[in-house]
Amino acid sequence: MIKVSNLTKKFAQHVSLDNVSCEFNKNESIALMGANGAGKTTLIRSILGYYHPDSGKVSIDGFCPVKERVKVLQNISFVPQLPPPIKLNIQELMQYVCMSTDIDKELIEYYSNEMKLDIKANLYKSFFKLSGGMKQKLLIAISLAKKSSIIIYDEPTANLDPKARDDFYRLLKQNEDEKVLLFVTHRLEEVQGLVNRQIYMDMGKVVADERV
Amino acid sequence: MKNLYLIAYLDLKESIRAKWFLVYSLVFGGLIALFFIAGVTESQVMGFSGLSRLLLMYIQITIVILPIFILITTVRSISGDRDNHILEYMLSFPISLKQYYWGKIIGRFITVYLPVIFAMIIAVVYGFIKGASIPWNIFFLYTGLLFSLSSAFLGIAFFISSFVKSSEVALGISFFVWIFLLAFIDIALISLMMQQRVNEELIIFIAMINPMELFRVAAISLFDPELTVMGPVAFYILDLMSQSVFVLLSIGYPLLLGLFFAFLGFKIFEKKDLV
Repeated sequence: MIKVSNLTKKFAQHVSLDNVSCEFNKNESIALMGANGAGKTTLIRSILGYYHPDSGKVSIDGFCPVKERVKVLQNISFVPQLPPPIKLNIQELMQYVCMSTDIDKELIEYYSNEMKLDIKANLYKSFFKLSGGMKQKLLIAISLAKKSSIIIYDEPTANLDPKARDDFYRLLKQNEDEKVLLFVTHRLEEVQGLVNRQIYMDMGKVVADERV
Repeated sequence: MKNLYLIAYLDLKESIRAKWFLVYSLVFGGLIALFFIAGVTESQVMGFSGLSRLLLMYIQITIVILPIFILITTVRSISGDRDNHILEYMLSFPISLKQYYWGKIIGRFITVYLPVIFAMIIAVVYGFIKGASIPWNIFFLYTGLLFSLSSAFLGIAFFISSFVKSSEVALGISFFVWIFLLAFIDIALISLMMQQRVNEELIIFIAMINPMELFRVAAISLFDPELTVMGPVAFYILDLMSQSVFVLLSIGYPLLLGLFFAFLGFKIFEKKDLV
């Protein structure tokens, strides 16, 4: 599904990804780990088509995420580590998501309720004015409602309380079939029950790739 | 197309709620109100009176503040979104870069153009109620000039926004562009002219490729078709083209310049790393 071949990405003199090759297939839940600056985020952003590689390539279901971003992103859900300070209110953000991706607003509301987020009471509130936990819950609800075959989470539980984490894991368990789940994390214990593969990165290289 | 309209619509809604938009609208609306309170319409200077005089004063002030307002409020639209990771999230949805970029431009254009034109409409309506004669030719010329000036600076702002890494740098470049076009070219060209080192026609050509200069000259061309207030410079301009061609040029050129810079900005946005 995701094929990364000899990918190198440099920022000025700094080599962020150094000839990385790996594949992620259906029914894999991967924990992507490594110290700060190991290249995890660069790899994720390359998969999302944000970076132009210096050499090598990324292909998702045979498509290049840079050149065919619309086709590729139709099937990818992404939740960043820190929710961005989006100034749209929740209703407008949902309108953006629903119109660009053709998903049901009701489905976002359903997953929000499952995450114990009362979306209707906050519909006209700016996204950036919500609490950290509420923002994260909404982004998770959107990622699940999108019904993508690839879900990428960058430290998804950073802002969640223990109860919300349990809700998140429960919903992920229900939605993991036939998907690629990619978690960027520093705390393996939090996703250990979910993952069946662990990848360690260091200095822009994949240094260990274990199936569990 | 629906995504293009969606981006434009959401950018428009977001901008209208922003504090800068309130200040921006108050400045232009306030200018008109101030002119009425100060009795500009009742005064007569150099033969201009009533609404014509008010619109002339409005346009003289607008030429100074409109470009910098557009630059500082727009230049951060893409670089700011990149800075605070909004772009990273918003572009994780299946929206093409073309739709995102041009949608932002359309939304922002409506935001910056509406208050300026709305202030002029208020002036015309108020003047009509007070029984003043409406100078429609001036009104339509200024509507066109403001449209093209807004396009020029919006294009330049998006161009800057597409390649700078941080919004602070974007702001710095905006100020430089504004002050350069507003004053430095004038000062530099006048000193060149005084030294008589360069051909005058070349100097006038350089001045006329500056959209702010072109706007200035076109704004007075309706009151003073012979451009006598400009002295010998008028000879070169009107020798080259008729007054109506000059007016068309002053609307068409900044519009094309804005589109050119916006397109250049898009190419950079497309070719560069997004975050």
